[in-house]
Amino acid sequence: MCGIAGLIHKGKSSNVGAEMTSMLRALKHRGPDSTGYAVYGEPTEGDYILRVNVAEAEDMSKGRGIHQVIVDRIAEVEAILAEHGAKVKSKRADTEYALRYVVSHDGDTAKMAAHIEEGEGVEIMSMGNGLELIKDLGDADDVAALYNLNAFQGTHGIGHTRMATESDVDIRSAHPYWAFPYNDVSVVHNGQITNYWIMRRTMERKGHRFMSNCDSELLAVYTAHNLSKGISLEDSLRQSISEIDGVFTYLVATKDQLGMAKDTMAAKPLVLYESDDLIAMASEEVAIRAILPEEIDTTDPYDEEVRVWQA
Amino acid sequence: MASVSDAELKNMTQEERVTALGMRTEQLTGKSLYLEFDPDATENFTYPWAPDVDFNKRTELDCDGKTTTEVNSSIRALMKEGYGTVVLKNPRGMHSLGVGILSRLNLIVEGSTGYFAVGLIDGPNVRINGRVGWSCGENMMSGTILIEKNAGSTFGAAIRGGDLVCRGSVGSRTGIDQKGGTIIVGGDTGALSGFMMQRGRMVVCGNAGKNLGDSMYDGTIFVGGEIKSLGVDAIEAELTDLDKAWLTRKLTQYGLMPDKGVDHFTKVVAGKMLWNYDNLEPSEKKLIL
Repeated sequence: MCGIAGLIHKGKSSNVGAEMTSMLRALKHRGPDSTGYAVYGEPTEGDYILRVNVAEAEDMSKGRGIHQVIVDRIAEVEAILAEHGAKVKSKRADTEYALRYVVSHDGDTAKMAAHIEEGEGVEIMSMGNGLELIKDLGDADDVAALYNLNAFQGTHGIGHTRMATESDVDIRSAHPYWAFPYNDVSVVHNGQITNYWIMRRTMERKGHRFMSNCDSELLAVYTAHNLSKGISLEDSLRQSISEIDGVFTYLVATKDQLGMAKDTMAAKPLVLYESDDLIAMASEEVAIRAILPEEIDTTDPYDEEVRVWQA
Repeated sequence: MASVSDAELKNMTQEERVTALGMRTEQLTGKSLYLEFDPDATENFTYPWAPDVDFNKRTELDCDGKTTTEVNSSIRALMKEGYGTVVLKNPRGMHSLGVGILSRLNLIVEGSTGYFAVGLIDGPNVRINGRVGWSCGENMMSGTILIEKNAGSTFGAAIRGGDLVCRGSVGSRTGIDQKGGTIIVGGDTGALSGFMMQRGRMVVCGNAGKNLGDSMYDGTIFVGGEIKSLGVDAIEAELTDLDKAWLTRKLTQYGLMPDKGVDHFTKVVAGKMLWNYDNLEPSEKKLIL
């Protein structure tokens, strides 16, 4: 059991960070292990927001040696950025191990991303023109405070509260997942994927990388794979229902879209609210009502339902 | 039960009642006791410990800022004070509202609820003006629940009696494990509705999703719209005049009567080809031989 939430404002910007925090706070009982956000701000062409983690939260208790390791890893990341001709415009460390860079770059970002991740313990959380992907242990209020998310302005976002069932409680296995190396694509998932290993091996043979043993990561890799073949988001979602086994409801966000897919059994919940300027969805209505206290009309999507909304 | 009087039961705690009524000592025999009530024996329609409530005594309860437990305890406290009509304000998707009410009560919820709304009830008449989440009316024994908007999945899971009505559309697995009573849906229902249904009736005025009535043991499903597919061992049956009269009465009662009447309804029942009870009860088989 996990909690997922998504919202998209049509044609306007809003305080997406605080809205997502309210929604995820209401879903805390579905998963208290970790909380994650993928929120989308105003995209800037040519400038990339790069979020990199250079250690796990639990590594921090390993002793004083880790601090030097982190400094060394950061230096290595910055050397690789320079090597690929990326110019660092700003740098911020939300925690000792979670860094946020804004870089200007006009080369092959996928190649650069792969190079950065060659370093031990280094994982790119996200890269994109508008996407900020933040995940850490604890509930929505902990993570929002740590990463100063409540002031974030944007058009859309997805979020996740995790109850770890099939892999570890760590940042690596937390959601959302970035669809490496596709800029601005992120995924959150509630469910279990039963043909994970078969699909993972298929994807690995095609050259995709996996950073964790969490089955949800497969959906991000799978989506990235489809997008790389020129398949539209909607077709990728529809195709996943027949190719991926198990029970799942998942949300995918891109630079200007938000999509959902529900498995053939309709075994995992989602409540949907649609209006002219805001679309909000969550595992439980209580999360939607956290941002819309007035009386609203909501529906449950049915089995095999796929929807995509444009910002 | 004969050794315990109603007056004694009334003064016991719930825990003591459980023991006094033999629920901790009963030997399971594999056969359930089926009790027919005489309509004149009205004392059997309520529990001896049920509070005396007056439907004309009305009060409001604001759920804002309260926990589910606080709201549900407040409902019980109000019933003890004799309030027969309780209006819940601002539920805003709260889970498990009004569960386990075992006496007569007129409960009105002004707004939407979350999961397990008014489950495990025996007696109340409930009206919910908003939407309900998953498993509304789960395991209800008697009473009525009327929902004005849509409902989530597993609507009326394992209900045993009473009327559960949703004017809007419901999610998947409606009436899963239904053991009695009536479920009425004004709109559509999702996949696997009536899964493992054992008794009772389900009426869907709109369309039904795939695998309708999958592995049903018994009971009847009526669908007004299209059925995407029938499940294993669910078959269509002839709509009799008795069925039509019953449908007309029930749908008129809840204001859901379609303009074109009830003649277009499809009746779905169990084919009973999956029944293999003989294999499970060899001792009875020996008796016949």
